[in-house]
Amino acid sequence: MGKVFVEVIARHNADGSVRPLSLKWEDDRVFEIDMVTDVRQAASLKGGGVGMRYTCKISGKQVYLFDDEGRWFVEKRK
Amino acid sequence: MNRTILHVDLNNFYASVECLYRPEIRDVPVVVGGDVEARHGIVLAKNYHAKQLGVKTGEAIWQAKQKCPGLVVVPTDFKKYLRFSRMAREIYADYTDQIEAFGIDEAWLDVSGSKYISGDGHVLADTIRRRMVNELGITASVGVSWNKIFAKLGSDMKKPNATTVINKYNYKDLVWPLAVGELLYVGRSTKRKLENRAIFTIGDLAKRDIKDLKLLLGVWGETLWQFANGLDSAPVRQSREESIIKSVGNSTTTARDLVNNQDVKLIIYVLAESVAARLRQHGLKCTTVTISIRSNELFSFERQSKLITPSFISSDIALKAMELFKANYFWDKPIRSLGVRGADLVTADNHIQLDLFNGNQVGRENLERAIDSLRNRFGACCIQRGAMILDRRLTGFNPKDDHVIHPVSLFR
Repeated sequence: MGKVFVEVIARHNADGSVRPLSLKWEDDRVFEIDMVTDVRQAASLKGGGVGMRYTCKISGKQVYLFDDEGRWFVEKRK
Repeated sequence: MNRTILHVDLNNFYASVECLYRPEIRDVPVVVGGDVEARHGIVLAKNYHAKQLGVKTGEAIWQAKQKCPGLVVVPTDFKKYLRFSRMAREIYADYTDQIEAFGIDEAWLDVSGSKYISGDGHVLADTIRRRMVNELGITASVGVSWNKIFAKLGSDMKKPNATTVINKYNYKDLVWPLAVGELLYVGRSTKRKLENRAIFTIGDLAKRDIKDLKLLLGVWGETLWQFANGLDSAPVRQSREESIIKSVGNSTTTARDLVNNQDVKLIIYVLAESVAARLRQHGLKCTTVTISIRSNELFSFERQSKLITPSFISSDIALKAMELFKANYFWDKPIRSLGVRGADLVTADNHIQLDLFNGNQVGRENLERAIDSLRNRFGACCIQRGAMILDRRLTGFNPKDDHVIHPVSLFR
């Protein structure tokens, strides 16, 4: 349990929507976000926090990426 | 018309928010407490683990620690709570524009109009609860009824994360057996008066002759009788309706007990300056000054007195408060907390009866305004009374900007 704050590169569209493009993991590896399948306001019970939740596909895996008032984090699995 | 009113109560609000942010403390007893150093060390909220061990809201943190060793005490973070309160409100706003907040964690919603769009009260209550869990990660209890009073009682019945419906068929079974003290606005002394006349439950109250109650409690008797019978028809206020200010006050629990008139004078000046500045901010003057005093044994009382002319000048308010204090307190106990309030407000641009003998009021008003603008530009500490320096520890707080949460009343 827990969360990892990550560095995110995102495209902010003119209509105000946001598309995260890639994220940098703790160990400086950069992952491309292939697809965002869902965006909604949600709480992260596992990670501990709340914000906009982007359901991302990263190399075939589903990852929840949260935007908690400008700080982005990913739920940590363990 | 039959109304559908929801009362949403966010369970253990402060504690739930803190536990959401810190998953590691979710399964241990947690309380959110004030600053012990500043003597605000009481339990403000607790989670269910702490509740099970008998921790009560309002007790001192050391008492709570005795009841449960290993208790986690989290400091308050009001900014966070206000954010969650706002997010909850955004959820409510999807269903109705009649939202009346009651404190930071409770609200009434009138959803009579959404019945055909979002479903009846019960369905809607469940939807709101589900969204709270999914989107905010906290739970809520919802009471559904046709009036605000029963809706509020309903939200207290099942916790956490539950819906209680009180309708015209079941209210006699659900509401009437409750102790009379559960009813909104039945406090300690009203409860005592009622119990002296063998009114122990809300049902007893409802079945009494309204005339008896009126004799006993005056107009309140009628109001409470209507509450108990579900006849309350007070509307849920629309969110944009601003309440009319009835009084402006500040109070504080001081960093150490106050032991003499000088200590009290310092605190009264700090409070009076804040009250006066807030009156000016709202373009108001007060006619009556009230002080409240609480001794270190938690005995408290209030005294009030009228000013000669309405005023928003801090020294007028402070002098009156000090006069009241000297006339009413005889130092049998040290003082723990003090409050100053200005009431009977009039608008500042009203015509006033000038005082023949009492100097230049306008000049002093301009002086206070000048101080306001200085403080706005350079901060609250840039200009102060000399007396403030006598005891920094005592006067080092800013009641005007430090406080966040305003208590509210049902009858605005």
